[in-house]
Amino acid sequence: MEAKLKYYLQIADNALILSHRLSEYCSKGPFLEEDLANTNVALDLIGLAESMYIEVARQENEGRTGDDIVYRRKETDFLNVILVEMPNDDFAHIMVRQFFTDVFHQQFFSELRNSKDEFLMGIAHKSIKEVLYHLKRSSEWMFRLGKGTVEAQEKAQVAINKYWKYTHEFFLENDTDSEMLKAGIGVDLSLIKKNWLAKVEEIFTMSNLTIPTNDFTIEGGKQGYHSENLGYILTEMQFLPSKYPDAIW
Amino acid sequence: MENKDTQGELWEVFIQSKAGQSFKHAGSIHAYDREMAIDNARDTYTRRGEGTGLWVVKSKEIVAVSPSEEGYFFDPSNDKVYRHPTFYEMPEGLKNM
Repeated sequence: MEAKLKYYLQIADNALILSHRLSEYCSKGPFLEEDLANTNVALDLIGLAESMYIEVARQENEGRTGDDIVYRRKETDFLNVILVEMPNDDFAHIMVRQFFTDVFHQQFFSELRNSKDEFLMGIAHKSIKEVLYHLKRSSEWMFRLGKGTVEAQEKAQVAINKYWKYTHEFFLENDTDSEMLKAGIGVDLSLIKKNWLAKVEEIFTMSNLTIPTNDFTIEGGKQGYHSENLGYILTEMQFLPSKYPDAIW
Repeated sequence: MENKDTQGELWEVFIQSKAGQSFKHAGSIHAYDREMAIDNARDTYTRRGEGTGLWVVKSKEIVAVSPSEEGYFFDPSNDKVYRHPTFYEMPEGLKNM
């Protein structure tokens, strides 16, 4: 597969897997409005992912559909970062995972608006509006949890400490990223990292939350090496097409 | 066991569908603070391009006429037909009246 399409998949797989995790939480929110809000984010992300898979299928021109790419691809061919696979342990974990991803998406799509690739440029312009809202919401939750009760602050900090080691992977520049950056299609991840850190610091400082000093890193998702979670996600997601390959909508 | 409501306070939501038009009551939502109220109102009522403006206000801050007062409060206007501008013809091209 050519590098550009892999680049598309890196973006789309992050959105798809996070969306799936959020959809698992549908009907389990703390109350109706929060449940709706969460599911709306899931819908935005699946919308982004779908348009990208369809475009990958169109450009590769090998007879695959967007659905084929999602439902008939094996685990090691998924290129999402490991963070988005993390399970919905509790509300604090869900919001911290969301906040880290939202800040990344905000920085990433802002830069991607300058892409030389017309499709990516369009996607970036469309997505940034949705992402700015996602970030507004998850930032407010960081503040609410961090400045809330002692228990709320603790739960948020526990989730931050647990997920910090997975955040570095957002900025890990692999061969695909380097090639796309050189071609003027992709973004400069070192710049994104700097801006991401600044934004996270800003929100955490005002929210009584702390960035862990531990630099230990877990990565591999962007190369197809995932945590055990992705296997379970795909088993559920791909169950129907695996069992009934001829099933249609 | 205590049945505690954990949804936060009730807020009323008003949406303006076009710039310049008046805000209309859309419904109510639960939220714990002002920002959450605006977010929840957006997620509940304006996901399909319904609005260009959004107000939320705590339900308890709204002053309302109590049902027992309705009679003497509203009825006296019923027989005063001259209070209605029904004898005027609407100018052509007037859209929002």
